[in-house]
Amino acid sequence: MRAKPAQLILKSGEIFDGEAFGYTKEKVGELVFNTSMTGYQEIITDLSYTDQLICFTYPHIGNVGTNIDDHESVVGGASGVVIRDLTRVESNWRNELSLADFLKANKVPGIKNIDTRKLTRVLRNKGSQPAFISYKKKTKKDIEKLFERFGSLKGKDLASKVTTAKSYLWKKPSYGIKKPKLKYKIIALDFGVKHNILRLLVDRGCEVEVLPANTDFETILGKKPDGVFLSNGPGDPEPCHQPIETISRLIRETKIPLFGICLGHQLLGLALGMKTEKMKFGHHGANHPVKNLVTNEVAITSQNHGFTISEKSLSKDISITHRSLFDGSIQGISFQKNRVFGFQGHPEASPGPQELQSLFDTFITQVNKYAKKN
Amino acid sequence: MPKRTDIKSVLIIGAGPIIIGQACEFDYSGVQACKALREEGYKVILVNSNPATIMTDPGLADATYIEPITWQSLEKIIKIEKPDAILPTMGGQTGLNVALDLNKKGILKKYNIELIGATKEAIDKAEDRELFAAAMEKIGLKVPLAKLAHNIEECWEVQKLVGYPCIIRPNFTLGGSGGGIAYNSDEFEEICHRGLDLSPTSELYIDKYLAGWKEYEMEVVRDKADNCIIICSIENFDPMGVHTGDSITVAPAQTLTDKEYQMMRNASMAILREIGVETGGSNVQFAINPEDGEMVVIEMNPRVSRSSALASKATGFPIAKIAAKLAVGFTLDELQNDISKESIPASFEPTIDYVVTKIPRFNFEKFAGANPTLTSQMKSVGEVMAIGSNFKESLQKAMRGLEIGSSGFESPEIAKNVKAIKPRLITPTPERLWFIGEAFRKGMDINDIQSFTGIDLWFLKEVQEIINYEKIIKSKKFLSSRDLFLEAKKIGFSDKRIADLTNKSEKDIRAKRRKLNIKPVFKRVDTCAAEFETSTAYMYSTYQDECESNPTKKKKIMVLGGGPNRIGQGIEFDYCCVHAAQVLKEEGFETIMVNCNPETVSTDYDTSDRLYFEPITLEDVLEIYEIEKPKGLIIQYGGQTPLKLAKDLEKSGVPILGTSPDQIDLSEDRSRFQKFVKKHNLLQPENGMASNNAQAIKIANRIGYPVVVRPSYVLGGRAMEIVYDDEDLKKYLTEALEVDKKNPVLIDKFLDLAIEFDVEAISDGKSHIICGVLQHIEQAGVHSGDSACSIPPYSIDKKLLSQIEATAIKVIKNMKISGLVNIQLAYANSEIYLLEVNPRASRTIPFVSKAIGSPLAKIAAQVMSGKTLKALKITKFKKPKFYSVKEAVLPFEKFQAVDPILGPEMRSTGEVMGIAPSFVEAFEKAEIAAGISIPLEGSAFLSIRNTDKAYLEELAKSLTKSGFKLVATRGTARDLEKMGFKVEIINKVLEGRPHIVDLMKNKEISLVFNTTEGRESITDSASIRRTALDQKICSSTTIEGARAICRVIENQVDWRVKKLQDIH
Repeated sequence: MRAKPAQLILKSGEIFDGEAFGYTKEKVGELVFNTSMTGYQEIITDLSYTDQLICFTYPHIGNVGTNIDDHESVVGGASGVVIRDLTRVESNWRNELSLADFLKANKVPGIKNIDTRKLTRVLRNKGSQPAFISYKKKTKKDIEKLFERFGSLKGKDLASKVTTAKSYLWKKPSYGIKKPKLKYKIIALDFGVKHNILRLLVDRGCEVEVLPANTDFETILGKKPDGVFLSNGPGDPEPCHQPIETISRLIRETKIPLFGICLGHQLLGLALGMKTEKMKFGHHGANHPVKNLVTNEVAITSQNHGFTISEKSLSKDISITHRSLFDGSIQGISFQKNRVFGFQGHPEASPGPQELQSLFDTFITQVNKYAKKN
Repeated sequence: MPKRTDIKSVLIIGAGPIIIGQACEFDYSGVQACKALREEGYKVILVNSNPATIMTDPGLADATYIEPITWQSLEKIIKIEKPDAILPTMGGQTGLNVALDLNKKGILKKYNIELIGATKEAIDKAEDRELFAAAMEKIGLKVPLAKLAHNIEECWEVQKLVGYPCIIRPNFTLGGSGGGIAYNSDEFEEICHRGLDLSPTSELYIDKYLAGWKEYEMEVVRDKADNCIIICSIENFDPMGVHTGDSITVAPAQTLTDKEYQMMRNASMAILREIGVETGGSNVQFAINPEDGEMVVIEMNPRVSRSSALASKATGFPIAKIAAKLAVGFTLDELQNDISKESIPASFEPTIDYVVTKIPRFNFEKFAGANPTLTSQMKSVGEVMAIGSNFKESLQKAMRGLEIGSSGFESPEIAKNVKAIKPRLITPTPERLWFIGEAFRKGMDINDIQSFTGIDLWFLKEVQEIINYEKIIKSKKFLSSRDLFLEAKKIGFSDKRIADLTNKSEKDIRAKRRKLNIKPVFKRVDTCAAEFETSTAYMYSTYQDECESNPTKKKKIMVLGGGPNRIGQGIEFDYCCVHAAQVLKEEGFETIMVNCNPETVSTDYDTSDRLYFEPITLEDVLEIYEIEKPKGLIIQYGGQTPLKLAKDLEKSGVPILGTSPDQIDLSEDRSRFQKFVKKHNLLQPENGMASNNAQAIKIANRIGYPVVVRPSYVLGGRAMEIVYDDEDLKKYLTEALEVDKKNPVLIDKFLDLAIEFDVEAISDGKSHIICGVLQHIEQAGVHSGDSACSIPPYSIDKKLLSQIEATAIKVIKNMKISGLVNIQLAYANSEIYLLEVNPRASRTIPFVSKAIGSPLAKIAAQVMSGKTLKALKITKFKKPKFYSVKEAVLPFEKFQAVDPILGPEMRSTGEVMGIAPSFVEAFEKAEIAAGISIPLEGSAFLSIRNTDKAYLEELAKSLTKSGFKLVATRGTARDLEKMGFKVEIINKVLEGRPHIVDLMKNKEISLVFNTTEGRESITDSASIRRTALDQKICSSTTIEGARAICRVIENQVDWRVKKLQDIH
């Protein structure tokens, strides 16, 4: 029973032969590698990976199957999955559906039996780049056309593509946590929000209303929030003009606390007048050391971003609170003593280390202060 | 925080001799610690009684003490060196225990010394199970329902609470020594008695036994600023119940979701904080209920461990080195991860893109009567690690790296009977993995196998797929299909295993494979899954697309390591390999190391220029050779493992450096060697070879009893016995082995009461230089590895010494030696007999090197690389001014029901060294270091065989002079009375009660001299020796050992300590 052959075709010309699994229809995406050894389900369902194919560096994927509690979105996320070895049996007491079946159901193409280390080295040297998994023979012209149509993530506003169409209330706390009393009203602007962010906010007593990415300033203000959360999300932050303007007004015209993660953090930076830029192969993994420049503490963080706030655009008003110990890049910014702050990595983890979940407490402190005054 | 400047000197405690549960991983960690602290400008003082360690090389510390690791010994060292701090976390349980002793005795306070790396409170909290349980409860973590018991009555009370099965662990013992799982009251009582006895605090923990729960380990590092990182997660293949040291383990964990993994990660960090491990590495063990994910904490070790060595090798992250730097105040972000080219701080968590499998190595066959069931008490003597692109590949690589004659999932012999399989699945033994394979082969359902073994379905499925693939390999199209063949290699099938399955020779398969253009690539271990560029050539083979080996065009030499530790082949060989790499690097060669033992210094990525973490098999070595094309291979340093490959490697065109495989064969082939002996007028004990019982008896009578008998096919003295008459011989032939034409038995004249010598020498073919002559203390008949020995010889005259040297030179001259050679001689009846010639590094090389102050393995490696001794300006080695005594350390306490008598079969796991101006002082120090305390008063029990009676008077005189009362059985007592000694007569065990064992158990005997011969009397007196061992009564089973002990008692010298740097 040999699996159906498939090819991974990179824009830079490399072709990797492998076998198909999951959904078998090609989708072009930007190919990135992720070095996390756990949490493939969370990664694949993370909307920040929209229009991206993920190459997992860890060889065994699918071992624990998938389950409904560990999704990070209402089934969206990566455009494709590239792995070395797909499990033949799922072994975990929470398993509900095999990864292959999950991918099939959610129309995510996959390719296996790839020398993922070789591929990672290509991406490391040449940078993240468009690629697709091909299940049929393709002419050179077809390939070129596909890549042309995809273009690049640079300049792409994907947040408005993946954001919720309608606002909704999120009430579910983390797995195994009893529902707390909800004390604060939080607006979460959805650029592709990971569900664990919402769970962690609920855990801390927040009633969370999730609003579409392009919700305007007045609508938000009308909800009388105690705090506004800016979510993670895919693509380039720069073309997200409406959110940037809204955030900018929230910063300047109100005293509402703001907390941004990942894309939300970048949007905060842009709203504060900073610039962003595309990275060579970005940060995707669960082992990234980040130093808190105030306390000198080092945290191991979960990371997933291809864009970053540019060094060239620092301003005196904005303090840099965290930096990556891998490449020194900006990981945290703060404005008005944390009234407004952002973090580039993923403190909500899922997957990955959870020590920076304390940032949510920082946010709640601000929210609490603000809520008391108003 | 930068490093501390308030401390200037640090005393590092080593782990002492290799014992079960404490192997060369502590040399690896100790070496890293020494280097790390000296790099930072600290004065390093080191104590370790084990001479076969790299850490005790005089260049690694400012003051090196090869001295016993006891608080008394340490106090002597502290008095001289006045260290500011002690780092106790590098020396295993030994290091921690002696640190606690130093604290208890007030020595730390008296000399104002700080414990760094782990405080007394932290050690107590982690080691004392009651304190530990309380600490875990405080941070909301569960521990197995456990209660402490101090006596047998309390044990029964606890048992009622926890029910059966329950697990019993003595407090403060190594590797869970003395613990076990009880399923019924008999077992419970037995284990409790044993455990109470073995626990230094007479405390037992009795827990509910978590049968079938999954077991995990986390390797954690923490710094002063409270930064915590996980280096590696490890999942046990074998579920709870088998000691983690005896389990097959896999890194990273395979069957955890991120939620569960993070729960464990958070818990690990919380535990380090609560226990108070301020800096350094720790190991935390968890169990998870596979039904519902419930997690309990099993234990934590606040120090580097066997698992941390494994984690270091599995990830490329040097835990011990970093831990040492953290102990002196650095924080993780201040330290660099030096395996990668780009500057990555040490404060990140390694991520790996391969699978690592560790399989333990056992030696049950050496302990007749030992039960090979795996329990919570560790019994393995070594381990092998393998790296693969997937679990199947890494598992099969590890299996063939074990060096037990396996190249994959062969069918176990007894598995032909299907009924025999099930019990072998239920009871964990070293062979269970092969029985699982066989169960699949026989079509057993995976769910049944799961319920019999408790092993996770994921692992079992992987094994099943390996077995299923055998059918494809056996199919006709296999050998001509590149795709099918490649797939077999991708999932780890060795050429040898494919050969077996296809009824071809390994050579044919290799040729076929190469013709299909299937060859391995080499990938790098870089701590970061290729995210960053690496500068370190730490590699493993795999069947993927891209090769990252990038060999250089430099002049290079490849060194083959020794593979997993086992009895007869341990750290001594790794020591030699490391020395070869070090000196050849200095000589300008690029050095390439091949080894698969994760405990070792040789597999540290900076020991050689390039490291291939690979099994030492012909296939794996040839593939590395093909890609590297070194000038030559050194195969004489890694013990039997690489030596066995010599001929085949040479046949494949691989240049072997040093003594040629032909000359090695000459020394090992019995008939060639015999001819050599005759030709050069040397003397050998008379011998013969028999292929049936009648012939054996005839030969034995021709030679004359006593004779040594052994099977011809076996190494390391296995199944070797001394027999004294026809009846004994007949019994041996029927009970011990089956003799036939294919398996003849070798019969040698046993030189009773002979003195044995080891001569170590170096030759370059022209000059032949004696490095040292070692006199064994135990007489011939005790395996040289188990015998204590002294350099220089302690009881022979100059004339005999020069005769011995002359004989050795004669041998060397007539064998074409290039490099090291070990010659074993015996002196009996005024003649010198040649017993053995080993043209390779021997077990005693590190000991002799330290005794004479010359790095012999290095010099010989230079010779092998082409230099002459003349060019090295070596004409002779100076005679040492000090006596050095090596004592063997034996693992009998781990093997219940085994007779702890010394014999021709080697069973020691390690060795210690005592150095002093006199033999007696050196011997005493060696005994103390080996954990034997020689009593200075009390009652001595004597039971001496007739052959040794000549020395009875001497012993009795010495003992009575020193104030001992004499106790003896009738025969010996009669002789003593005749000589005029007062003696108390006691029954033999078979003569009725009270007998000698009763007396010993009542602590009325403080010294036992018991020499026996003949199968029957050995069996009769076994309980005496066993009791002596269990009751920790000083005893000797040889007359020469007894004489040496008497000399110590008589002299009563207060021994001194001296650093190695002052001795040479």
